[in-house]
Amino acid sequence: MTEHVVGTSVPRKEGRDKVTGAARYIDDITLPGMLYGATVRSQIPRGTIKTISFDPKFDWNEFVVVTAEHIPGKNCIALILDDQPCLADGKVNHPEEPILLLAHPDPHLLQKAVDAVAIEYDPLPPLFSIEDSDRCSQVIWGTDNLFKTFLIEKGSVEDAWAKADYIVEGEYTTGAQEQLYIENNGVIASFNADQGLTVWGSLQCPYYVHKALMALCNLPADKVRVVQVETGGAFGGKEEYPSMIAGHASLLAMKSGRPVKIVYDRLEDMTATTKRHPSRTRHRTAVSRTGQILGGEIDFTIDGGAYATLSSVVLSRGTIHAGGPYFWPSVRIRGKAVATNTPPHGAFRGFGAPQSLFAMERHMDRIAQVVGISPAEVRRRNFLKPGQTTTTEQTIREEIDLGKLLDRALELSNYSAKKAQFARENPAGWIKRGMGIAAVLHGAGFTGSGERYLASVVGVEACANGSIRILVSSTEFGQGTNTVLCQIAAEALDLPYENVRIAQPDTDQVPNSGPTVASRTVMVVGNLVRSAAFGLKQTLFASGLLGSLHSPEEFRAAAQRHVATHGALRSFARYEAPEGVFWDDQKYRGEAYATFAWAVYVAEVAVDLSTYTATVEDFVALQEVGRVLNPVLAQGQIAGGVAQGIGFALYERVVWQNGRMQNGQMTNYIMPTSADLPPIRVFFEEMGNIHGAYGAKGIGELPMDGPAPAILNAVENALGTPFDSIPLLPEEIFEAVSKESPAELLATGGE
Amino acid sequence: MADSLDGSGRCDLSLTVNGTPQTVRAYPMQRLLDVLRHELQLTGAKEGCGEGECGSCSVLFNGALVNSCLIPALQAEGGSITTIEGLAEGPQLNALQKAFLECGGAQCGICTPGMILSASHLLDKNPTPTLDDIREGLAGNLCRCTGYMQIFEAVARAANEGVARPRTPA
Amino acid sequence: MRFDPSDYELIAPGNLQAVVSLLAEEPRQWLPIAGGTDVMVQFVAGKLASRKLVSIWNLPELRDIEVLPTEIRIGAGCTYTELREHIVIAREFPLLASAARWTGGIANQNRGTLGGNIVNASPAADSLPALLAYEAELVLVSIRGERRVPYLDFHTGYKTMQLQGDELVRSICLRRNFAGHLQYTRKVGARNAQAISKVCIAALGRLRGGTIEGGTIEDVRIALGSVAPIPIRLKEVERLLRGKLIGPELVAQTRQMVAAAIQPIDDIRSTAKYRSAVASNLVAEFLEQLRDNGNAA
Repeated sequence: MTEHVVGTSVPRKEGRDKVTGAARYIDDITLPGMLYGATVRSQIPRGTIKTISFDPKFDWNEFVVVTAEHIPGKNCIALILDDQPCLADGKVNHPEEPILLLAHPDPHLLQKAVDAVAIEYDPLPPLFSIEDSDRCSQVIWGTDNLFKTFLIEKGSVEDAWAKADYIVEGEYTTGAQEQLYIENNGVIASFNADQGLTVWGSLQCPYYVHKALMALCNLPADKVRVVQVETGGAFGGKEEYPSMIAGHASLLAMKSGRPVKIVYDRLEDMTATTKRHPSRTRHRTAVSRTGQILGGEIDFTIDGGAYATLSSVVLSRGTIHAGGPYFWPSVRIRGKAVATNTPPHGAFRGFGAPQSLFAMERHMDRIAQVVGISPAEVRRRNFLKPGQTTTTEQTIREEIDLGKLLDRALELSNYSAKKAQFARENPAGWIKRGMGIAAVLHGAGFTGSGERYLASVVGVEACANGSIRILVSSTEFGQGTNTVLCQIAAEALDLPYENVRIAQPDTDQVPNSGPTVASRTVMVVGNLVRSAAFGLKQTLFASGLLGSLHSPEEFRAAAQRHVATHGALRSFARYEAPEGVFWDDQKYRGEAYATFAWAVYVAEVAVDLSTYTATVEDFVALQEVGRVLNPVLAQGQIAGGVAQGIGFALYERVVWQNGRMQNGQMTNYIMPTSADLPPIRVFFEEMGNIHGAYGAKGIGELPMDGPAPAILNAVENALGTPFDSIPLLPEEIFEAVSKESPAELLATGGE
Repeated sequence: MADSLDGSGRCDLSLTVNGTPQTVRAYPMQRLLDVLRHELQLTGAKEGCGEGECGSCSVLFNGALVNSCLIPALQAEGGSITTIEGLAEGPQLNALQKAFLECGGAQCGICTPGMILSASHLLDKNPTPTLDDIREGLAGNLCRCTGYMQIFEAVARAANEGVARPRTPA
Repeated sequence: MRFDPSDYELIAPGNLQAVVSLLAEEPRQWLPIAGGTDVMVQFVAGKLASRKLVSIWNLPELRDIEVLPTEIRIGAGCTYTELREHIVIAREFPLLASAARWTGGIANQNRGTLGGNIVNASPAADSLPALLAYEAELVLVSIRGERRVPYLDFHTGYKTMQLQGDELVRSICLRRNFAGHLQYTRKVGARNAQAISKVCIAALGRLRGGTIEGGTIEDVRIALGSVAPIPIRLKEVERLLRGKLIGPELVAQTRQMVAAAIQPIDDIRSTAKYRSAVASNLVAEFLEQLRDNGNAA
């Protein structure tokens, strides 16, 4: 079957607006009579609020002031556990926690007003680390600081200990990471008693915001409207957080009767909004003489910050991915999400998997060393094969050959030859080079019964003029939603790509196709678009207005005619879980994901021992992703994800003090510039996917998983010193290296 | 020269923007970025960091690439500014814009106006840049989406076009 | 927004005479602002205490680069881009040209000025070690006229300097003495571009005779940034090195002296121990290059 649109690099649907500056982001939009809003935030990590006083030198009558008592509905940001207040009511649990809101026509006055609100606290002892939270010296959440736990058990780990020739242990930690979308969070809210509440914003999930606003503002579904506008990057940082900022703007809009815009500046965005969950993973593995994993225990703990928000779901994904792309005859995986007095951590591309896979892939290199085989070989001997089961006992049904994927990655990166060359060259000079491998998997779509629970609905509409419009709540924020969904619809309808549009995600206009997260958009939503499009086509065929071999003009004419005769022509499709897919939410066992994407990444790293700086000099990213629907977009997604992974590994450190981020500016929170990144060489294998549109699997998050461990494996290869914590900064390399004598700084041998 | 007419501190400032003479009423210390966005409704330049690190506010000022978030309006007086809105020739995109579309140089698009202006400035000064030249030329523009690879391709492609070099008004 | 433009006054008299008259008439009232790459960052962050600013951007008297037979005079209002593109600076003063190249990105280089870098006096300023190594002389100007100050003496402490309340830096003079020197400079930051330096070094060296085995050190100047409250010359180290043959023992001795001569701190960007180790490494690398390459080609 030759496709004519899918599989080609058609230009980005909204691309022209982006390259001409015509694209309108939230801060580009002004409404008549609009006020600007600002948030007064906690200056302490934990305590009770004693007094709030307003400096009398301000005319507070000029300002709209909103506190918790003004909230019409429930004072919470409805998400999962509903434990996070929209505005602190007497108690604060993290620095920068929102306490009250101000609005005024002049944005320049707002900061002065914020500074003129004096808050006195009775501080309580805070907790800032996983270790502190574990110890429970203070109980800051629930009865034991535990948001959630999971237990995955497979086979008999006790048998594995008994049979083990080696027992390999390791502890691996990852730090917080800031999503650092270049466009800060922003919304505009407008309310009137007739139409209700409308919120426009930079966001990923209009229906998440819709649900949260109904509860907060005590409004029925048809009196809340959420519209996503052009969004300048998100990466998960605008998955759940927008409900908070939207809630704030809405409360101000409702109190004042005027539209209110809240847009954060970089400092506020960095210090007050979500970050990637810091993690600690402990591995204890029973290994055979030949390097085969017999079984083991994995303890995976993430720091959720002060409120539960999405931590249970991040934990879920991290726990399920903790075993990597390997066969575990037996395993016990304990996942735990704990509370600390820091701003709640949240969704960031990868969503728990980059954390647990970092540990797994560092641990594989450790196992290799203990056993005395190469990093490539230890992986080869343990890779999952078709017919085997994962840690959750999901059978691998597709004909994936990870050994072959590894071979190809090693060849593309010239791994063996370079490793040997570096071993020869490293002893002389300041620069030590090394090669590192990481093999990962990433489950696409919501875990287990998640997609069934979402029950996504998609519409495809023929408009009065005969053009086609896709109706989804799935949002574009750079990853290509608009483009690829239009490609899919065009393919299904036998139309040119140019003849298909996609409606702005507006809860008044589009059905709920689920959140734009979890690498599900192309695979799951795209499949529904395809179904809905076929449905539309069937309707036209059945009407007799269109024959099966039609030109675009005939299609347009038929659609126009149908609409003129019968009224609105919309075809909807709803998600149905595939047959024979079983997931046990209690035992955390079964088909965790409809499909996995697989990847082997290879990093070439140079460590300059005059400055202790590690730089990635070459990077090969090879992945099996089902089907590439748009090569240019897909390559861009992988390259961008690898860049964030390189940042995660070597550059992006959050400096914490008393629970508050100290380096909340781009000067001191370091992301790579164009001068820092290596050539990122992207390659695909495509085996198709029966569950995804035209064979596609999700790819958005996959590239986040491999870079950090591949890089740290390469650093160890270069220096002979292991590093098990990221970000790995020059200061840490210096500390480790200065403890050794120069003679020990040799690369480990080749294969 | 600026004269303060109404004592409020605002003054009339004359500048040429995208080839058109403009007079704006602004405080001398108002940022050029805000003058462009709010007084002239040219919202292509964006605020990403407020400290001259991200380059999403980049514009050309008398032909030189600058971060408009760091320029007080008074210092822009009499100057000639080119924003992203001034690059295309009507409906016709220029070579860089076309190349960004073809190569995937824009994903979320928020860095794109600044990035294209930066590339435009680079190609004006150096019509045949090496990859290292491109890396250096764009190092002041942060992109979180692309990993830069396809941006480099786009700039190289536009450079190869040669004939269709971006026109940058002085 | 953390700043309010209506709280500030900014005027642009347009010529040097008017500016220095203003600074004399209302001492310490007016903060000069050139390209604004430091001042405006403070302003936007809501941290600019000075409410009255006088623009010295584009003053013709500060924009000249005068090339004389024995020295060049760089106007304090010259931007980093102008420094990079000037043929004599690029050829004879590569320490300064390199510093200009790795200050911020192109946009900041088009606005940041050498005078601004000097007067802002960040301990991490990129161009200042080069000026120390070259032993620049500053021409300071006020209503009283001009005076010359050796740059070595200019910074007296953290953000304090030999600049009267009504003075401006007018030009930076560099003697054209270094054609025969090896010129070595490195900046160590958190990334390859747009980084505040954790350590930076600007060094010059010349060997006597320049034989194949390498001669003894005839002249050496080593300046470091980000390891003290002000940029510093390692005079003690230079004294140790002069007249010596470069060998492992000398390098080891030098490393120890470097560590003793600097006072790096722990801060949000790095640690004292790291800075100290890197500073020593860079000096060692400089000596290696001096030994191997002798003098400039």
